[in-house]
Amino acid sequence: MPAPDSTAQTVPLTTPKPARTPPPPAPDKDYRGVVHDLSRNVMTDWMNQLQEAARTGAPSAYLMVSGNCVEILRCFDILPVFPEINALQLAIRKKALPYILKAEEIGYASDNCAYVKADIGFTMSGGVGKDGLTPTPTLIVCNFVGCNVYIKWFEQCAAMMDVPLAMIDVPFIRQDEQVRPEDVRYVMAQLEQLIATCESITGRKFDIDRLREICAYSARAEEGWARAKDLCKHRPAPYDCYFDSINMMGPINALRGTKEAADFFDAAVAHYEEMVARGMGAIDEEKFRIVVEGPPPYPYYRNFRNLFERWKAVAVQSTYSTVGGTWEFGFRHDPKRPLESIAEQMLTHNLCNRTMQERYRQIRHYVEGWSADALVIHSVKSCRLFSAGQGDMREYFTKELGIPTLMVESDLEDPRYYAEAQMRNRIDAFFESLQYKRIRESAATSVPATTA
Amino acid sequence: VTVLDSTVQHCRELLDLLPREALDQARLGHPGLEAFAIFPVYAPQEIIHAAGLLPMGMFGVGNKMETMHADSRFQSFICSIAKSTLELFLREELHGFQGAVFSSICDVARNLSSVASRNAPGLYIDYLHLPQSAATLPARDYTRSEFARFRENLADRMGAAISDEAIRRSIALYNRMRQLIGQLYQHRREHPGTIGAAELFAVVQAGTRMMPEDFIPLLESLLDDIATRKPLVRDSVRVVLEGSFCEAPPLELIEAIEAAGCQIVDDDLAIGWRIFRDDVPTAGDPVANLADAYLASSVYTSVRHDSRLPRTEGLLQRVKESGAEAVIFAAAKFCEPALLDYVLFRRTLDDRNIPHLKLEFEEKMWTFERLRTEVETFTESMLFD
Repeated sequence: MPAPDSTAQTVPLTTPKPARTPPPPAPDKDYRGVVHDLSRNVMTDWMNQLQEAARTGAPSAYLMVSGNCVEILRCFDILPVFPEINALQLAIRKKALPYILKAEEIGYASDNCAYVKADIGFTMSGGVGKDGLTPTPTLIVCNFVGCNVYIKWFEQCAAMMDVPLAMIDVPFIRQDEQVRPEDVRYVMAQLEQLIATCESITGRKFDIDRLREICAYSARAEEGWARAKDLCKHRPAPYDCYFDSINMMGPINALRGTKEAADFFDAAVAHYEEMVARGMGAIDEEKFRIVVEGPPPYPYYRNFRNLFERWKAVAVQSTYSTVGGTWEFGFRHDPKRPLESIAEQMLTHNLCNRTMQERYRQIRHYVEGWSADALVIHSVKSCRLFSAGQGDMREYFTKELGIPTLMVESDLEDPRYYAEAQMRNRIDAFFESLQYKRIRESAATSVPATTA
Repeated sequence: VTVLDSTVQHCRELLDLLPREALDQARLGHPGLEAFAIFPVYAPQEIIHAAGLLPMGMFGVGNKMETMHADSRFQSFICSIAKSTLELFLREELHGFQGAVFSSICDVARNLSSVASRNAPGLYIDYLHLPQSAATLPARDYTRSEFARFRENLADRMGAAISDEAIRRSIALYNRMRQLIGQLYQHRREHPGTIGAAELFAVVQAGTRMMPEDFIPLLESLLDDIATRKPLVRDSVRVVLEGSFCEAPPLELIEAIEAAGCQIVDDDLAIGWRIFRDDVPTAGDPVANLADAYLASSVYTSVRHDSRLPRTEGLLQRVKESGAEAVIFAAAKFCEPALLDYVLFRRTLDDRNIPHLKLEFEEKMWTFERLRTEVETFTESMLFD
């Protein structure tokens, strides 16, 4: 990846800048608050279940995060396993690189998605299976929702582990078109096939009342998610909706449909509401409110966060947090129409199955509704679903909407693509220019007042 | 000058043109003709043709145009066909085009479709979600509805219905075109040296810039001509070329592979334009026939999952049916579907002791010496082992 040009910031300055005064480094803050602890507890339980299933061989299934049908698996007590979440956990613990290299040995290219490579390398190294951390799945459910790489990834898993693969082909939402009845019927028919497969794997009959109950839990968690995100409209925002969202993404994506996830959101929202009532923010003195687009650099999560924290910039919304579902826009799983609502969610109510222009609209809504000062695009090489065309996104937001936009590049999994010094330069230059713009604007508004 | 030489020369010249210039060429025989671009891999050409348009394949712009604007929209790690295609839109190069159709081949193509549409006011851009599944009943109903949707959208755009009868006529023409291309491939396999791989590919790709009415007689006379030519048997390795189903490799790359001692006996170049194993039936509902053919009787590609015919099996079949001894993977740089498929293909070929070699290319590359040396080393290891 070429070095980003630190002079090519997206906000042009027409007047001379004051001498550069970068802020002091962010204090080595402990981000583990109440919600982090709550999240860790429920996620640890789930990971223990995975390890247990690895030993016992209890039914489990691979599934992708974006627009999935986890409710159906839960209905049969099939434990969901998310290779994406496994991959990101390897990255955040700084363990991904050896697995990435291992996968490259069997033919993966340096340009391939590093999530795939880390997961495949991990599987090849014994991380999956009887003595591993996650079970060899009984079934691989490929919910093809947007990301084409999902298909290749799961085909490889199925071939490596000799596990049957069930494809759920979810039509992409076309430009300016709503979901069509034919699309819903197609997805529903495939979900019915999946139900039949689950019945034969578990030897249990499908119980629609159980599915209704599970969908009700999903809806409760989704409601909590939406309320939590709404709270970030307050100044100061009670949590960072990019970096801290990870605490909510685990429960909504991995545990949706469980009582534990629903309870987690009730508790998280109560905590954030209390913070808002007391005027407490994610950072002590919120100076900049940003919307962040794109997944984070997991191998350098803390470093990357600090680069914003030192400018007292807080993310009030993020697109990455909506890969599993765009719950803040109002959709809920519906216990009265469980299968239909699962199909609709897979089709329309998640970021991955929507067009770039639809994402522009989503971001614009965030910037306006959450009173953001700027947009930050973190462009990752691994995920073309996110990144392909983000230059056009920057063009749209800067040139057509006049919203200051910064674009930086690295990767979500592969540590080799993160260049801290360049990243810091770009981010500092961007916030410096935002700060200067503010000074200029406040000077411009105060001058007439004094001369009048 | 033989028919072969003049035909190939004509086709190469056609490929050297920008899309609107290629349309101007087609207009010589069809005054007032307009075009509709098809981004790889596949879209139902017949529906576009039946709307009175020239369905034109968009395989990248090669080195015919410098990328000046699209580099700022697509990052350095994005394949060049996405950039060169967007460049055409940004430069408003598509005069005379009604629009373009993209499909669900990869994440980049999908985003490109949306970005292109934002930057191409006035053009009709559609996106087909082609099924990623076996030919089941729900998949059949869905695919039929998707093709019908495209037909309706295109008819709306053109302001005139596209009749069943017109689509049937187009199917018959494209059936004929696919048969003739199949015969060319067959003849080449059985009579090596009668037409070079680069010559064949130039003809097939140029055909995606012609009306089928004009391309069919060209193919017929070409077949007549090469039937009279004597085969030229030389020591070479029979190879299948795999992985170039989207961005077109430079013709010089194909030439370099053959010059280095390979005979390409089958490939997936421009595969979407010869995708059906059999003729598409003309009787009955023509749009349903096209959808059914895509689902049930198309050849495997790297951009479709089909549980009943995994691509690894498809490749083995292609190797066997063409009598190939080895496989050369030629993937466009940054092409995620091709590069990901390589892993399973490689394992499958290793399991069966079929030699293979992986190459990467870019449409703007201009030196082929290194690749030629790689292929030479590979073929020599097979010929003299």
